[in-house]
Amino acid sequence: MIAALGTLIRRELMLAFGLGGGARGSAGFVMPIIFFLAVATIYPFAVGPDAQLLGRTGGGVIWVAALLASILPIDRLVQADVDQGMIDQYVVRGLSEELIALAKTIGHWLSFGPPLMLAAVISAGLLGQSAEQLMIVEIGLACATPALAALGVMIAALTAGLRHGAALGGLLLLPLAVPLLIFGAGSLTPGSQNGLLLLAAASLLLTVICPIAAGAAIRAGRE
Amino acid sequence: MAQDAAISKGFDANSFDGGAALACTGLACLRGGRMLFRGVTFNLSAGEALHVTGPNGLGKSSLIRVLAGLLPAYAGEVTATGRMALADEKVALDAGQPLARALMHWTRLDGSADADVTGALAGVDLAHLADVPVRFLSTGQRKRALLARISLSRAGIWLLDEPANGLDTASIARLGMLMERHRAGGGIVLAASHQPLPLDGAQTLPLADFVPAPEAEEPA
Repeated sequence: MIAALGTLIRRELMLAFGLGGGARGSAGFVMPIIFFLAVATIYPFAVGPDAQLLGRTGGGVIWVAALLASILPIDRLVQADVDQGMIDQYVVRGLSEELIALAKTIGHWLSFGPPLMLAAVISAGLLGQSAEQLMIVEIGLACATPALAALGVMIAALTAGLRHGAALGGLLLLPLAVPLLIFGAGSLTPGSQNGLLLLAAASLLLTVICPIAAGAAIRAGRE
Repeated sequence: MAQDAAISKGFDANSFDGGAALACTGLACLRGGRMLFRGVTFNLSAGEALHVTGPNGLGKSSLIRVLAGLLPAYAGEVTATGRMALADEKVALDAGQPLARALMHWTRLDGSADADVTGALAGVDLAHLADVPVRFLSTGQRKRALLARISLSRAGIWLLDEPANGLDTASIARLGMLMERHRAGGGIVLAASHQPLPLDGAQTLPLADFVPAPEAEEPA
């Protein structure tokens, strides 16, 4: 079971990082990161170069950008594998849909979370964040990105096979990710240490529940 | 065939543990409010083969999916001893990966050695394309790659849905050889096809006999 999980994750990473030319377009992990940096880049153009204003609001912008960036990979996470018959083959081999979803969540997080946290360093510089603020953002992203990845896989499983599934995916993800945004951005307010704890709790809950829901969705989608 | 000899020497991916068996009784399948078939009963033991025949749209693929556990049976029971390998119209090989590497994803899951891939590819005459990405393969070559995946699966029960589709005469002969070797090793082949298959001594199951008449249909 663990060996199978490893094999599945290995394939997810190979596809995400475009090793050997992934079926999902080479190096699919880059697009969300570029999008994330683009949002951070255009924000100062919109509000002006006031360092104080940027410093106060920049953390929130990083969080909004992270949320929006997590929408981009949704459409390629499950649909392609259903179309290709990969999921059927896993199931015939006795792998549960939940295990498949878990492998996809871990693989997706590895190709999304750490690159996003690296890009957040650049964003923090662009948005005039102090070192302390950057530290809180990074801790927050470390807590929240597993939940964002799990939500992405769950919504990808729910919308696989639907027309306009990609657009619907974005609409579904945003409300579900609101707790992460509130606690994540809220933790940046000086003197509110509980934000990170609540963020970690919300993230843990989503990370545990989402693969189970995603597995059920994949199973239901086979009918 | 010299190639054949090389395969039987170095490549023994057909091996699996224990004798395979596949039986079902009174199997029925309801899809979209329509009873596709009912009362399908057969019993296959090691080395036997079953050719499910019938025109398109009768429910041959659904029967295979029910047997594979991918669709729930409306009624009846499936008893299988041994693992199953499924070949349907989906190749399940990553289009961007070189053929050999795409197959290795499955050998890792099925517990066969990476080295077996070479032998399996030779068995379907694709050894020269091992490094070519799957997306550049033709329809017939994809189908043969799929057969390589099946022969690597170490599964006792082969469920083949239209295995001869898109294959030329030589490839159909190779398919016959693969199935024969699998059965000689104690495996079971269940193939659904509207066309004749190179399956010597196989039982046939004309699925049309199990399709209920419209008035006999049960309410959904």
